[in-house]
Amino acid sequence: MTRKQKKMLWRIIAAAALFMIAVLIPDQIYPADRWVIDLTGQWVPPADWLKTGYTAYMWGPLKLLSFLIPYLVIGWDVLWKAVRNIAHGQVFDENFLMCVATIGALIIGEYPEAVAVMLFYQVGELFQNVAVSRSRQSIAALMDIRPDYANVERDGQLVQVEPEEVAVGDVIVIKAGERVPLDGTVLEGTSALDTAALTGESLPRDVVAGDEVISGCVNLSGLLHVQVSKPFRESTVTRILDLVENSSEKKAQAEHFITKFARYYTPIVVFAALALAVIPSLITWQWGTWVPRALNFLVVSCPCALVISIPLSFFGGLGGASKQGILVKGSNYLEALAQARIVVFDKTGTLTQGKFSVTAVHPEGLTEAELLELAALAEQFSTHPISKSVVAAWGGTPDQTRVSGVEEIVGHGVRAAVDGRQVLAGNGQLMDLEKISVASDHDHPGTVIHVAVDGKYAGHLVITDRPKETSAQALRELKAAGVRQTVMLTGDAQGTAQVVAGELGLDRFYAQLLPAGKVERVEELLRDKRPGEKLVFVGDGINDAPVLSRADIGVAMGALGSDAAIEAADIVLMDDDLLKLPVAVRIAGQTLSIVRQNVVFALGVKLLVLVLSAMGLANMWAAVFADVGVSVLAILNASRMLKAR
Amino acid sequence: MKKTFKLIDLDCANCAAKMETAIKKLPGVTDASVSFMAQKMTIEAEDVDAVMKDVVKCCKKVEPDCEIVL
Repeated sequence: MTRKQKKMLWRIIAAAALFMIAVLIPDQIYPADRWVIDLTGQWVPPADWLKTGYTAYMWGPLKLLSFLIPYLVIGWDVLWKAVRNIAHGQVFDENFLMCVATIGALIIGEYPEAVAVMLFYQVGELFQNVAVSRSRQSIAALMDIRPDYANVERDGQLVQVEPEEVAVGDVIVIKAGERVPLDGTVLEGTSALDTAALTGESLPRDVVAGDEVISGCVNLSGLLHVQVSKPFRESTVTRILDLVENSSEKKAQAEHFITKFARYYTPIVVFAALALAVIPSLITWQWGTWVPRALNFLVVSCPCALVISIPLSFFGGLGGASKQGILVKGSNYLEALAQARIVVFDKTGTLTQGKFSVTAVHPEGLTEAELLELAALAEQFSTHPISKSVVAAWGGTPDQTRVSGVEEIVGHGVRAAVDGRQVLAGNGQLMDLEKISVASDHDHPGTVIHVAVDGKYAGHLVITDRPKETSAQALRELKAAGVRQTVMLTGDAQGTAQVVAGELGLDRFYAQLLPAGKVERVEELLRDKRPGEKLVFVGDGINDAPVLSRADIGVAMGALGSDAAIEAADIVLMDDDLLKLPVAVRIAGQTLSIVRQNVVFALGVKLLVLVLSAMGLANMWAAVFADVGVSVLAILNASRMLKAR
Repeated sequence: MKKTFKLIDLDCANCAAKMETAIKKLPGVTDASVSFMAQKMTIEAEDVDAVMKDVVKCCKKVEPDCEIVL
C-alpha cells in the first residue's frame, strides 16, 4: 500500500468507529422520568416532553451532528472534489453524484444510510485502488528485465556502473546470477544463460567464447567477459521495454467503445433519476417514496467500474503474453488476434528450420562416404547455403590441396578437379549440358545435387530444409483455437512446397513466389476473407516487412536479437518456437472473453439495481455495491489473465 | 513529434478517459493517449514542448490531483 492508501485506511477506520458511536447513541438519551431542559432554557416535565415529541426536537440536531462527524471525516475530500470540479465545469463527475446522493439522504433523514454509503464507497475506492496498483505491479514485475548495473574493469578493479555509461567496445564482466546488462560478444568464459524472462523458454542456453549474448538474460553459472556491441539505448532489453511500456497506448476497440458509452451513460442515468424523483411525486405527492429511489440512481450512475475493467483486462493479457515470450504491441492487436481465422506462414525459417541439410545420399558405383566427400571437396569454396550443407554433412576439414581448377557454373553448380578426377556437382540442367545421363528420374522433395566423376554419373544428394519439430503441432493447435485456414507462401519449387505443406497439414500453399508475389497473395486472401475475420501473417521478419505490414496482424518470430523484426511486426515471438503462436491466440481469446464478462457483468448488475431501485426493492447499499463492488470484482476477474498460458 | 510523460496520482480510469478527450481537443495536438494502467500519457503534436503548457492546464482542470512529470 502506498502512503496515500494507508492514510485512507486510517480515515476509514476512524470514520467507522465514529459511525458506530453515532449509531449506538440512543434516540432517547434521558430516562422517561426526568425533567428536560429545552432550547429556550426552560425545564419541561417528563409527561410533557414525551407527549410533544421533545426527543426529536431536542436530539434531532444532536443526532444529525453525531452522524455528520463521521460523514465529514470520511467524505470531506469527495465533497471538496465535487465543488472544485463543478467550478471547472465538470458536472457529471462521480464525486458530485455521490455528494448529491448522500446529502439527499441526510435531508430526508436517513442519517445512517448517508454515512454508510459514503463509507462503503470509500472502502470500495480504496480496495479498487489497491487492487489496481497490485495488478499493475505484478504485471510490471513480469516485464522487469531492466538491468541495474554493469561490471566494468577500471584500473584493475571491478566497478559497478550504470548500463547507460558503458560504451561500445568496452568489456563488461558478468558474474553468475547476474543479469546481462548489454548486448555483446563473449570474449572469455563459458556459461549457461537463462532466457526465460525474454522468451518464456525455461531451457538454459549454453554460450562459449565468440557467441553473442543478449541483454536481459540471466547468467546462471560461469563468469563471462563480454565485449559490448551496442549502447544501452539500442540494446535488446531497452527495445523490449519500450515496446512493452508503450503497448497499452494503442487502445482496443472495446476500450474506445466503453469510454464513449460512459460519456452518455452518466448523463442519461442522472436525468432518469431527476425524472424519477419529480414525475411520480407530482402525481402521487409521495416525495418520501420517490426521492430515495432517485438517489439510488445517482449512486449507480458512476461509470468507473465499466471504464476500469477493460483496460485492466487487456493490460493483464499483454502481461500474461509477455511472460510467455510473446510481445504484443498494443491492446488492439490482442483484440484482433482473438478473431484470427486465416493464418499465412512464410515457409523458410518459420515453418521450417531455415537450415539446409543433406537428408539422403544415393551413390552409384561408389560408397555413400566417397560420394559425399567428392561433392564436399568440389563445393568447399562456394558460399551458397546448399554447398555449405554438403560440407557440413561430410563433416571433414576441407583440404584445398586436393582440389584444383574450381569453376562455378552460375545457376547450375560447380566443376572441379578432385584428386585429379574431374568432378561435376550440380542440378539436373548441369547434367543435361554435360550430356551425362542421369540414371533414373528422381522425384525427391527438396534440392537434388547430381554428381558426375570423369563424365560418368556417380549418384546424387538430396538436400532439404526440414520442418521444425513443433510446426505440425502448432498448426493443429491453431485449428483447435479457431483458425479456419492455414496458408503457406514460399519461393521454393512446387514439388518441395507440396511435400512440406502435405507433411504439416496446411490447407493451401503458394509456391515459386517472389517477394512482391507474397504481398499480392496476402492481398488476395485479405479480399476473400469473411467479414469480422482477421488475417495473420507469420514470418521471420527479415525480408518480409512489406507483407508483415500488409496483413491485419504481422507476427515476427525468432526475434531475439533481430531489431528489424521487432520494428516491423505487431506481435513478436521472442524465440522461434511456432507453438507460441497458438498460445498467443489463446491468450487473446481469454482476454477478450474476460473483457466481455466484465462488460456484461458490470452493465447487468447496474441495470438490475436501477430497475430494482425504481421499483423500490433496492436500497442504497445495493447501489453502492453496483458501483464499487462490481468494479472490484471486475478487477479480480481481470487479474486472472496474469496466470494465462 | 511524439513524447511520453509519466503521470502521478492518476486515480480513476474514467478521469483518464476524460483527460484524453480534453487533451485531444487542444489546438496543436494531433493525437493524445492517456493510459490509466501504465500511468502514462503520450502526446503527438507538431511541437510537443509548445503545447505542454496547455496540456498541463487542461489536466489541472479535468483531474486536479493528477500531476504530469515533465
